[in-house]
Amino acid sequence: MLPTFPTLGRAVAPEALLESPLDVALKKRLADAALNAATAKGASYVDVRIGRYLNQYVVTREDKVQNLVNTESYGVGVRVIANGCWGFAAVVDAKDEAATARAAEQAVAIAKANAKLLKEPVQLAPQKGFGEVSWKAPITKNAFEVPIKEKVDLLLSVNDAALKNGANYVNSVLFMVNEQKYFASTDGSYIDQDIHRIWPIFNVTTIDPKTGKFETRQSLSAPVGRGYEYLQANPSDKVTGVTTRYNTRYDMLEDATAAAQQTKEKLTAKSVEAGKYDLVLDPSHLWLTIHESVGHPLELDRVLGYEANFAGTSFATLDKWESKNFKYGSPQVTLFADKQQEGSLGAVGWDDEGVNTKRWDLVKEGTLVNYQAIRDQAHIIGEKESHGCCYADSWSSVQFQRMPNVSLAPGKSPLSVDELIKDVQKGIYIIGDGSFSIDQQRYNFQFGGQLYYEIKDGKIAGMLKDVAYQSNTQEFWNSCVKVCDERDYRLGGSFFDGKGQPSQSSAVSHGSSTARFNGVNVINTARKI
Amino acid sequence: MSIILSESEAKALLQKVLSYSKADECEANLLGEQRGNIRYARNEVSTSGSLTNQNLTVQSAFGKKVGVASIDEFDDASLEKVVRRSEELARLAPENPEHVGVLTPQKYGTSQGYFDSTAKLDPAARAEAVAKSLQLTREQDLNAAGFLEDRHGYSAMMNSKGLFAYYPSTNVNFSLTVRTNDGKGSGYVARGYSDFKKLDTGAATRIAAQKCRGSADARALEPGKYTVILEPTAAAVLMENIFYSLDARSADEGRSFLSKPGGTTKLGEKLVDERVTIYSDPAHPELPASPWAGDGRAQEKINWIEKGVIKNLAYSRFWAQKKGVKAVPYPSNFIMNGGTASLEEMIKSTQRGILVTKLWYIRPVDPQTLLYTGLTRDGTFFIENGQIKFPVKNFRFNESPIIMLNNLEALGKPERVVSTESDNNYLIPPMKIREFTFTSLSDAV
Repeated sequence: MLPTFPTLGRAVAPEALLESPLDVALKKRLADAALNAATAKGASYVDVRIGRYLNQYVVTREDKVQNLVNTESYGVGVRVIANGCWGFAAVVDAKDEAATARAAEQAVAIAKANAKLLKEPVQLAPQKGFGEVSWKAPITKNAFEVPIKEKVDLLLSVNDAALKNGANYVNSVLFMVNEQKYFASTDGSYIDQDIHRIWPIFNVTTIDPKTGKFETRQSLSAPVGRGYEYLQANPSDKVTGVTTRYNTRYDMLEDATAAAQQTKEKLTAKSVEAGKYDLVLDPSHLWLTIHESVGHPLELDRVLGYEANFAGTSFATLDKWESKNFKYGSPQVTLFADKQQEGSLGAVGWDDEGVNTKRWDLVKEGTLVNYQAIRDQAHIIGEKESHGCCYADSWSSVQFQRMPNVSLAPGKSPLSVDELIKDVQKGIYIIGDGSFSIDQQRYNFQFGGQLYYEIKDGKIAGMLKDVAYQSNTQEFWNSCVKVCDERDYRLGGSFFDGKGQPSQSSAVSHGSSTARFNGVNVINTARKI
Repeated sequence: MSIILSESEAKALLQKVLSYSKADECEANLLGEQRGNIRYARNEVSTSGSLTNQNLTVQSAFGKKVGVASIDEFDDASLEKVVRRSEELARLAPENPEHVGVLTPQKYGTSQGYFDSTAKLDPAARAEAVAKSLQLTREQDLNAAGFLEDRHGYSAMMNSKGLFAYYPSTNVNFSLTVRTNDGKGSGYVARGYSDFKKLDTGAATRIAAQKCRGSADARALEPGKYTVILEPTAAAVLMENIFYSLDARSADEGRSFLSKPGGTTKLGEKLVDERVTIYSDPAHPELPASPWAGDGRAQEKINWIEKGVIKNLAYSRFWAQKKGVKAVPYPSNFIMNGGTASLEEMIKSTQRGILVTKLWYIRPVDPQTLLYTGLTRDGTFFIENGQIKFPVKNFRFNESPIIMLNNLEALGKPERVVSTESDNNYLIPPMKIREFTFTSLSDAV
């Protein structure tokens, strides 16, 4: 589930973020010490994760910098199987072999203690070792190497643009993340990975002084698995139309200018008449509906009941999958998982249990065909290997099944957004993500957006407000009649998806082209207090 | 050195930190905590863990240029390093015109929030508490998923003007979802206490099990406006969105449900039913909380809503200075007054209505009206002629807690509850509300 507020790590000085990653040879020695120590104590499987996690946040409002925060976290987590049971222990700031070996021994002791309560031993899908390998996010400009002043200046100029265009208030933030992760296991893998993520966001507020009404508009940026190059505007990455949207590069200044103008337009927009509409959903909006109604219900641990006390279970039960005939959506709907998509938040070479990442179908031409499973779950769905979607948000957290990038495949026939809209008689075109809520088994949901445009007889007829749509997952995806082709394919995503108790956060992207859903129930959200 | 420092140890450490400072002003916040947890699902323990955490955050200021850095190692070299780092960051930062200097020493009340029973909880006691719960669900052939987490720790602060504050505290949260094996019934319970001795996991489990069995084979009712009885756990997640929105600056700036046209606010106006009184009191014995805020301001007993009237809003020190008012900090707890009726008595006095155990995935729809959406979950029942008649399918609601508190029928006896959204603990009564807006049905159990 997505929280309202992110959590922050401990703060450090800016120069600390540029310190070189730990030497690979040292990491291998630390890992080998843990692998050997746990094996000597009787572990049948061991994996070690050495992590250095760097974050930087620049937070501003109007003409002021509110906060500059740098955080760093370094430590080692060791996971073992002993007597058929998992055990885990982590150690902060471990830079010598004795410390990682102690953590390994502690993990074995915990596994042996927990084994007494075990009903069935862990069944781990086999995984070949990869030897000494590495993977680096394909960034061209490391955000941590960009001077703070440049970032501050960008945000203050964005705020200035919004204010000059009539906004009363504007908040803007740059989040930057670098995960330096080293993984080693008794399967013979030593994997060194360097992962980068960035998320520029703003929120513009405009108030009508006469009525006291206010409207907001958030940025149409996406959090991405890219470097600072994401912020270098590029005309060929702009999607023009009723408003400009962005693909692999983002023009924050232009978007803030548009946002300020659009909040004014929203103040006088027509309040929607509740009823059934054909919805045309932009990728900047549809990603969140995919996340909630496809990504979460197809997490296998959730289907099995392991998340019942918090995030919930799933309507997509095993019998539906076993039937090979469960119509999750219309034949136009193919939803796939992919941990390799370039520029996505979930892209890595290997997951957090040493499995090489891949792409697989979850829903193929409307039919439910698979789930998201990791090594100790693969046997449950009759698979011989993991899907490679295991993740831990810190060296100190136990890795578990997390959502890979889950996306709607673009339509196979050529179709542009204009051509899609042309056939809609009574519809609403929704851009940007807004309010979101879904039940604990992922049937009933409600979503809002940032911008709503009425479609009448194939043409955009002006802006609407007070719009939210409610549907049921299976009905909604079966109402999908058209998906634009790959020219319109873009990624959205979440920087802070929460799961587990204690909760862990992960970042995940969702791609789609603009898609049309027929006859969806729209409510009017205007109330008086 | 132990992770949990005594008052004198914390004072000595903070004095050492400040002795390294070369800035115009310096303020240091310190915390140490130990947490333990057990998670279970499908009637067996799935994970268990413990976490030790300590942190020192130093804020240095040269004029209005401010830098913040923290560290979790407390040897002398690390203490000096974190002070230097905050000073370096302050030199790099642009001036913040809203920065106000550190406070002089303040007077604080006392609050007894630390209980040995919780602080001394060991893995065996934790396991025993969970075993009690598991035994009951296994005996009844029901499927349990739960989480028990306890914490003990302290926070302390000191600044270069001689202010010092220290507060030790403990708490334990327990939550449990019990489901029938066929997935047709689901019941929930959550409990939060400062004192572990008050937690009875067996009694809590019996409630969740009863709701689980009672909720199986729910019938569908048409969505629409219904009289509802929100149990405290359900009411808390809507009420906390009022608590979060008591910021004076947002109201003054015109972007809050408390704003009025022309730049004024609803402060001092009647906003909800006159039976509604919401206050904070760090010394409340049922909900003890820190007697000081993170910037050193004293937390006092204060009414936020009194007999339906908005009486106070929370101010940053900068905004209070600008507005020329007392800088009331955002509080460390929230308590809502209620009546004396039990939940059973409230059900008895209801002709036709819906009993709601829990609300789920509460998210904002419109900040102007404080409109929220979400769903009922884990036990929703139809009441007729003072009796629970049958379980009903879950509903999605779209409602504002402000509208809800204007449609108040009755308040019951307040209870300490855990928010299922934020994990915060509050004292909240069960409440009967007329015309609560359900907008669609959900098949979820």
